[in-house]
Amino acid sequence: MIENISIYELLTLSTILFFIGLYGFLTRKNLITMLMAIELLLNTSVINFVVINKYLYPNMLQGVYFSIFIIAVAAAETALAISIIINLYRLKTSVDIAETETMKY
Amino acid sequence: MAIASVTSKKILRAVIYLLLSLLGIAAIYFMMDYNFLGALQMAVYGGGIIILFIFAVLLVHHIEGELEEPPTARKIGMAVLSLLGLGITLATIYAHDFKVAIASESFDIKDIGRGLLSYGDGGYILPFELISVLLLAAMIGAIIIAKGQKKSVNK
Repeated sequence: MIENISIYELLTLSTILFFIGLYGFLTRKNLITMLMAIELLLNTSVINFVVINKYLYPNMLQGVYFSIFIIAVAAAETALAISIIINLYRLKTSVDIAETETMKY
Repeated sequence: MAIASVTSKKILRAVIYLLLSLLGIAAIYFMMDYNFLGALQMAVYGGGIIILFIFAVLLVHHIEGELEEPPTARKIGMAVLSLLGLGITLATIYAHDFKVAIASESFDIKDIGRGLLSYGDGGYILPFELISVLLLAAMIGAIIIAKGQKKSVNK
């Protein structure tokens, strides 16, 4: 664990980051920036896993495994979503969510 | 940094702010002695995902393109909602009494690899294989989607 830093401060940091990401997800109107906000949300959950693993159960590694899986899923999801966005841009020439209402043309 | 990442109007700057906050998170992992996880975070996010974002931004937008501002009422409403959730979560965290363990051992990458590939109790071989299949499926799916469909309208 880190010297002089308590678990409360780290959990506070991850909570603040989570709600910043939530605010960004709710206010942005652009698909790419919404995806960035989702990345921030996933990262804060990873911080929570790691911090709780380190501070409460330091002789286990379960939190690390879950963090690795979350990072892998986030990478796959981002690659897919960006390919979808680029394809959508070819069809519609726009990545605003207001103009992508129809699912099939 | 993260606030700038979700409120910056130039989209490329928002990507760079996101990169900086992700590197800060990696620094937290390094401070907690999880060197493998910090390196993974820097490699996957700093190396892979940010590059993907930059490519997408450059393909889709002009570099100096400004984002349109969301309406002020919506911004204020969402900020109030986020602050409300923040307050509730922080109150819950501070009301809970965590029993912080003192004993701290350090692990190295060998232990992580053994745990991920062990069959016995607490072994993670099944999710590990599932993740590999998922990554393969995502790769194939991304290739097929990005290839574009071959005008299947006239069938």
